[in-house]
Amino acid sequence: MSLLTVQDLHVTYRTPGQPPVRAVRGVSFSLAAGASLGIVGESGCGKSSLARALIGLQPASAGTLTFEGRAVDRLSRQGFRDYRRAVQMVFQDATGSLNPRMTVRQTLHEVLRVHRMRPAAAIPQRVDELLDLVGLPTTVLDAFPREISGGQCQRVSFARCLALEPRLIIADEPVSALDVSVQARILNLVRSLQQRLGLSIILISHDLAVVRNICDRVAVMHDGVFVETGIAADVLDVPRHAYTRTLLEAVPDVGRALQSKLKAER
Amino acid sequence: MPHPLLQVDHLSVTFRRDGMLTTPVRDVSLTVQAGERVAVVGESGCGKSLTALSLTRLSPTDRARLQGRVLFDGTDTLALSPDALTRVRGRGIAYVFQDPSASLNPVMRVQDQIAECLPDLPRAAHRDACVELLTRTGLPDPARAARAFPCELSGGQQQRVMLAMALAARPKLLVADEPTTALDVTTQQQVLDLIDTLADADGMAVLLITHNLGLVAGRMTRVYVMYAGQVVESGAVTDVLSNPRHPYTRGLLAAVPMLDAPRNAPLQDIPGTVPSPDAWPAGCAFAPRCAQADARCHAEQPPETDDADSHRSRCWHTQPCHS
Ligand SMILES: Nc1ncnc2c1ncn2[C@@H]1O[C@H](COP(=O)(O)OP(=O)(O)OP(=O)(O)O)[C@@H](O)[C@H]1O
Ligand SMILES: Nc1ncnc2c1ncn2[C@@H]1O[C@H](COP(=O)(O)OP(=O)(O)O)[C@@H](O)[C@H]1O
Ligand code: SF4
Ligand SMILES: [Mg+2]
Ligand SMILES: [Mg+2]
Repeated sequence: MSLLTVQDLHVTYRTPGQPPVRAVRGVSFSLAAGASLGIVGESGCGKSSLARALIGLQPASAGTLTFEGRAVDRLSRQGFRDYRRAVQMVFQDATGSLNPRMTVRQTLHEVLRVHRMRPAAAIPQRVDELLDLVGLPTTVLDAFPREISGGQCQRVSFARCLALEPRLIIADEPVSALDVSVQARILNLVRSLQQRLGLSIILISHDLAVVRNICDRVAVMHDGVFVETGIAADVLDVPRHAYTRTLLEAVPDVGRALQSKLKAER
Repeated sequence: MPHPLLQVDHLSVTFRRDGMLTTPVRDVSLTVQAGERVAVVGESGCGKSLTALSLTRLSPTDRARLQGRVLFDGTDTLALSPDALTRVRGRGIAYVFQDPSASLNPVMRVQDQIAECLPDLPRAAHRDACVELLTRTGLPDPARAARAFPCELSGGQQQRVMLAMALAARPKLLVADEPTTALDVTTQQQVLDLIDTLADADGMAVLLITHNLGLVAGRMTRVYVMYAGQVVESGAVTDVLSNPRHPYTRGLLAAVPMLDAPRNAPLQDIPGTVPSPDAWPAGCAFAPRCAQADARCHAEQPPETDDADSHRSRCWHTQPCHS
């Protein structure tokens, strides 16, 4: 069954005295439970606006969201709260998205307490489980975000999301600020969470190889609409839309670049 | 062989903090020929930026002790007076940094910032020169951009303004420190194409610091791989990336997601992290993270090899048999 269905979603920003910015102009897709969708496209095409609308951070100006068979805009207050808990987002700037004045332990305790995910007595054990899930040593518990690396901060962000036992995680450029070596670890983490916990993932990235590596399906976004969607391998190996080809040609891929260079040298 | 445009010999950068000495850059040697495209790669904290800043003793290296020699166009910049250095910065070596917002003055119009890089021109000529420079960088509406404040431009546009400032004095060497890390692939390609075009037109050399190995493979001719303040492997891009000798270089390459890799093949990461400069390991700096490390690796620093085809590495297990 489909976990999330999006129909003809629009996001328009209105600033008084200026023409409206139509960031998302009619996006439709559906995501099965446990599936992963990659969204790629160049800067300003509306990826983050779409993501913010999906988690209810930004009101959609038109369109419908259906989550687990129920229309999100017709949910009761409690129902909407449950939806906001079930769909979590991880951001590019992990260090900046954590509270700088809270240690890792305080951050995780707070989210478990405020959302009543565990009785107080069971919280410490749950924190240990969460650290284990994201592959962090317990030695980071008393560190502040600025005292740990960007990759570790990104793991803490994932742990904070997982504390809420979500069904869907939307990750907006979760690795673009990280070193390749750390990037690999976070991407492997995303994959293992998906496999072990049956989570659905929406991964927004401008790195097509990352999406190709992690996601079942991919949507190519251009100017507020999806211009091509399909199985990730099909779309990226045999692109049909001209814009997808432009994106693919812009990717600095090590393997491809070396091959053409070696050929030129011979 | 002509003498290189830039020749760095045994450069070390040492800071004193709380009475303790740390040396984040250790014995780095590198060369850039006139017009050449050279890359420096490595994880963050490996000393890439400090090496770049040392070339003209830019802060924070003005608070550090620099040892070694930096010959630029035949003069040792480490021995120059502050005035002479100012002339090298800009006209000789110009910089573009990752974060435009950190280098652009938020309360100054773009044209006034670019004008500061054109000291030889009379004031009346500044505006035209500035618009011309911005036009060369391919900005869609250069006249508007010239009048704009930085916050009114997108990230990619700010990066072009930085480039216009760097190019204003027609430098012989452009040092670009992660100039496109924050940009998406298409914008990144435009900025790098632009650097290539301008470098071709003026015969300018480029030293590109990046952690994107795809960029290195596609656009650069030689590469230096830095780890823990040292150069651990260097050579022609085609040699180093298609036949990497150092386990660190191999690790970096294996971590890159590739477009033609089978889906769901886990990416190889490099376990552990870059050590901090106040705790460099005694032997090979990479030993704590290296699967091939043995007792000698932990105890003794491997020397840099030099073999016939100038593909060098610093590893006990890739020494040529005859040495
Ligand atoms: N709060 C806002 N007010 C007005 N316009 C906005 C606002 N937020 C975004 N926009 C505009 O909406 C469009 C889409 O922005 P969005 O942030 O969704 O892009 P994106 O695809 O996530 O880009 P990037 O890859 O750079 O993150 C852009 O033209 C942007 O300038
Ligand atoms: N002003 C400074 N004082 C002391 N240590 C510094 C200073 N600047 C940088 N370092 C240290 O030097 C090392 C290399 O830094 P940097 O050259 O910025 O690395 P990279 O550019 O490769 O990420 C880091 O460990 C950093 O903490
Ligand atoms: S010298 Fe030893 S520890 Fe260092 S990179 Fe080579 S094999 Fe690994
Ligand atoms: Mg975005
Ligand atoms: Mg740096």
